[in-house]
Amino acid sequence: MIVTTEKLTKRYGDRAVVDEVSLSVRRGEVYGFLGPNGAGKTTTIRMLLGLVRPTSGAARVLGEKPGTPRALLKVGSLIEGPGFYPYLSGRDNLRVHAARRGVDRTHVEAALEQVDLMGAAAEKFRRYSLGMKQRLGVAAALLGRPELLILDEPTNGLDPAGMADMRDLVRALAAQGQTVLLSSHLLGEVEEICDRVGVISNGKLVAESTVEQLRGETVLVIKADPIEKAHVLIEGSSLHGDVLHVRETDAGALVRTLVHADVDVQEVRPLRRTLEEVFFEMTGAA
Amino acid sequence: MGSVKAELLRLWKWPATWVLIGVWLVMTLTFGYVFNYLALNGGTNTRSMSQQQLISAMQPENVGAAVVRGLPMFGGAIILVLAALAIGSGYGWGTWKTTLTAGPRRVSAMAGTLGALGIVVVLLVALTFVVNVGASITVASLEGWDWSLPGLGVFEALGASLLIAAMWTGFGVFLGVVTKGPALAVGLGLMWAIVTENLLRGVGSLLGPVESLTRVLPGGSAGNLAGAVGGSGAPGVLTDLSGTTAALFLVGYVVFFVGAATLLKVRRDLV
Ligand SMILES: Nc1ncnc2c1ncn2[C@@H]1O[C@H](COP(=O)(O)OP(=O)(O)OP(=O)(O)O)[C@@H](O)[C@H]1O
Ligand SMILES: [Mg+2]
Repeated sequence: MIVTTEKLTKRYGDRAVVDEVSLSVRRGEVYGFLGPNGAGKTTTIRMLLGLVRPTSGAARVLGEKPGTPRALLKVGSLIEGPGFYPYLSGRDNLRVHAARRGVDRTHVEAALEQVDLMGAAAEKFRRYSLGMKQRLGVAAALLGRPELLILDEPTNGLDPAGMADMRDLVRALAAQGQTVLLSSHLLGEVEEICDRVGVISNGKLVAESTVEQLRGETVLVIKADPIEKAHVLIEGSSLHGDVLHVRETDAGALVRTLVHADVDVQEVRPLRRTLEEVFFEMTGAA
Repeated sequence: MGSVKAELLRLWKWPATWVLIGVWLVMTLTFGYVFNYLALNGGTNTRSMSQQQLISAMQPENVGAAVVRGLPMFGGAIILVLAALAIGSGYGWGTWKTTLTAGPRRVSAMAGTLGALGIVVVLLVALTFVVNVGASITVASLEGWDWSLPGLGVFEALGASLLIAAMWTGFGVFLGVVTKGPALAVGLGLMWAIVTENLLRGVGSLLGPVESLTRVLPGGSAGNLAGAVGGSGAPGVLTDLSGTTAALFLVGYVVFFVGAATLLKVRRDLV
């Protein structure tokens, strides 16, 4: 295991912003940390890097306590946007970072190359476009060949082309065996590049599995009249326009229940949901 | 070590470092030599200063006093601004986040920052000496005075200057960490260095206890140390305390400011 957390919790006042999160990231995988705005992704990541102290619970990063030099030197990170000196060039910013990490400055050029910033390396960070800034953040994270790369919403603010570039970069790194923990509120992104997903909502980890498993649960779509009565009768059903969605496999029993209660059943069919629908259902954001 | 190197690299290439050092040097020259020189040559009215005092203030052998008298208030204010900006702006830029996740433990990261800042401030004081020596020799040659280089006593003034500079650096660092930003840190710091202590000194002439307090406040201690090693005739220079007492208070402030800032930096969540 590269990362494990056990009931990791952070409270601000009496609000649990991260609430007993137990997740695990395995070696060599791209782990998607998925959740809507304010779900607690960044706070969890801050705890993994020792920037924020947990209120309770524990985390291990590469077997070490988060925030210790032994852990930090093996992790490259980009948290909530890149933090660089605006008056320094991209290259100088990386040199400063390399000195802090104890990495030889010759690695700076390779990192610039990797994120395709060689052409703009001498320009001041202040003048970089959002996409360039984000790429420089990834380059800094790559310095020193970390065992784990933590990227917090790396495509935030990028245009579609920039997003595609960033995803290609992550995929290329993954292909070389790089372990990546990537947070996102974009499902398509996670679906496209992640092996496993942890879904967080309101501070709670509501699911953790492979992308296929998440999507895999079949749902029945039921069209009936009166639909409200059916909604009340079937526990755990949710109303979507004029149809019901039920996480239930025994269709026969469902139909019998409805018919016994004088509900007209017009249609029952399975629905293979998109990850997006699963996500909205879980996070209650629909 | 890497932390000092990193921090030095970024302070070195920071325009603000050189702007502040440059402004300070120009101020030193203007108030220490240009105005005095003009007053001496053709100034119809030299007011409180006699000719002899003007000449003495610009003599190369008195360069130690010339440097140290500028530091308790105006030089200190510049140094405080430099330190508060260097520490405080890292919060807005997000560079503290980058620094604290780079690898070294927080104490080392903070020590690196303080070390590099210390080097820059020592450089500032050294440049001030060099510029003062150059200006005083220039004036002495132009005027055809008999002049001599300062004696060993100059090291006392140099030591006092460094201690005063260290105190203001610590003050700036402390404010930068406490307020987590450059704006409030600079504002509060300047307010304290230039306004608050002076106001308190005004009140002190009415209330005894306040008067004793103002002597040992940061600016007061700095002013008293400057006064004790021969500085005179500049705002903020005082002669109420012995040099040793003033120096001990300054050391206390440095320890407190740096210690408190480091403790906060190590303990506090960075969000
Ligand atoms: N220092 C703090 N004090 C109080 N509340 C905080 C603090 N930091 C974060 N929060 C709250 O914690 C919640 C989770 O924030 P967090 O930044 O972890 O969310 P996120 O999942 O990263 O969201 P986003 O997708 O918008 O980046 C938010 O509601 C936020 O307001
Ligand atoms: Mg976030």
